[in-house]
Amino acid sequence: MLDGERGPATQLAMSILVRMADVYGADALMDISQAHIDSTIYLGDATLEFAERLASLGAKVVVPTSLNVSGVDECGWKDWAVSPEWAAKAARQMLAYERMGAVPTWTCAPYQTHMRPKFGQQIAWGESNAIAFANSVIGARTERYPDLLDICCAITGRVPAIGLHLTAHRAGEILLDLSGVPAALQQDDQFFAVVGHLVGKLAGDSIPVIDGVVVSPAEDQLKAFAAAAASSGRVALFHMVGVTPEAPTLDAAFQGRAPGQTIHVSIADLRAARAELTTADGRELDMVILGSPHFSLAEFSLLAPLLEGHHAHPRVRFLITSSRLMKEHAAEKGVLAPVLAFGAEITLDTCILASPMLPPEIKTLMTNSAKYAYYAPSLLNTRVTFGSLADCVRSAIEGRVVRDDSLWQSA
Amino acid sequence: MIRGRAVVAGAAEGEALVTSDALSFWGGYDFHTGEIIDKHHPLAGVRAAGRILAVPFSKGSSTTTAVLLEAVRAGTAPAAIVTTGTDSFFALASIVADVMYGKPFPVIALDADDFASLKTGEYLTVDVSGAIRRR
Repeated sequence: MLDGERGPATQLAMSILVRMADVYGADALMDISQAHIDSTIYLGDATLEFAERLASLGAKVVVPTSLNVSGVDECGWKDWAVSPEWAAKAARQMLAYERMGAVPTWTCAPYQTHMRPKFGQQIAWGESNAIAFANSVIGARTERYPDLLDICCAITGRVPAIGLHLTAHRAGEILLDLSGVPAALQQDDQFFAVVGHLVGKLAGDSIPVIDGVVVSPAEDQLKAFAAAAASSGRVALFHMVGVTPEAPTLDAAFQGRAPGQTIHVSIADLRAARAELTTADGRELDMVILGSPHFSLAEFSLLAPLLEGHHAHPRVRFLITSSRLMKEHAAEKGVLAPVLAFGAEITLDTCILASPMLPPEIKTLMTNSAKYAYYAPSLLNTRVTFGSLADCVRSAIEGRVVRDDSLWQSA
Repeated sequence: MIRGRAVVAGAAEGEALVTSDALSFWGGYDFHTGEIIDKHHPLAGVRAAGRILAVPFSKGSSTTTAVLLEAVRAGTAPAAIVTTGTDSFFALASIVADVMYGKPFPVIALDADDFASLKTGEYLTVDVSGAIRRR
């Protein structure tokens, strides 16, 4: 491939991959059977030039490849503050990756599509939340791949044989013990997002093992955990004892080794972590935002009964970010209609962080997503209140921030 | 002199900007201005463009590399990045900046004690061997 016998695009991708193999200290490359491309996010001329250079050289992916969010909702951007120039360039970047033969999933939750990988499958995934989910919840194997390298892996079908691709490097390193946290709090809707935020901060560059979980988290709660831990920290793999597939026991999670460090998580730690996710101080509310990572069918199904028969306050916008596929599924299942009747808007293919869509008058947000709560203050210069899904709905109805904090205060 | 390992070799000089907190460039660095913008980070509001940025490792978004590539193109990237351990994100950004624009930036890995000896404000030179000198 380096000699160019498979064309100039493969040669370029392989030249980057080989230099990276050297950086990683890899002795060899290995095959992958799937990829997820985060490089789809349009930022500016450099990301577009990189994509169009590869596409113009004739790049084709050689493994099934899904695409992350883009920089624009192709059908809906005109309803928002996106400039025509941005929309045009972001669409060009989308087209470049489609031309390479990738599947236009346009979602940051590819693990909730038909492209969900299998346990043990060797893959090359970008997108921090998706990496953490694929490794931890599914037990597929990907390094923490950055944008621009993910596509090189997809074009060559190879990755450096290092890190999380190898069993020995998937052992837990530090232990976070939740056994002091009562079940009532663990059952709370916000619990896993809050713990994820805390774990990301505590884990540093180690693989965390979470023990003491006494509830059975739903897939979307693990999704919220993974996204939070990969935002506040660099978690690409976690083990949750009794929950995730490589952690049937504590011993299995550590592959028989001893934890390098044990941290007993207290209720006070969790309260503090939850408080950090809120940067707003008043009751003002301009928008409720749900769907980072992209809202799933199960989440639409949880939301619909909460808002059925109500309508959002005229002062508050209620936005859900999701994928085309999930919106179709929600419509088929009958859970989209009540959401739209409530006055919710839906943005597809992208999110408020990846597309400059929010008008400047939107200054205060409320969300149940720790990832939105982490990034929105910095990226969008907004103030955020973090709360449960029910809190978000109630606040949208009342037109001001309302949170039921009783469980967190009394716990 | 501090003997570092040149993860991506190159020469640079500039004022050190040092933090012990990991950083995501997406959501953490404005490539239009070269400023650190992560409000959870102690360096929020500080301009890193043209400086030797010492940050232990990248965290957060995969798009960190793409933000750095944009910063190189816009002329707002740090002059060099110094880490503990090998950070593949910073290395990749530099390698792609080389491939696309012929403008790699040095990425130097230090052991933890050497990293801890760096101080914001001191003037550093980095050479192709990975050695860092104070001036």
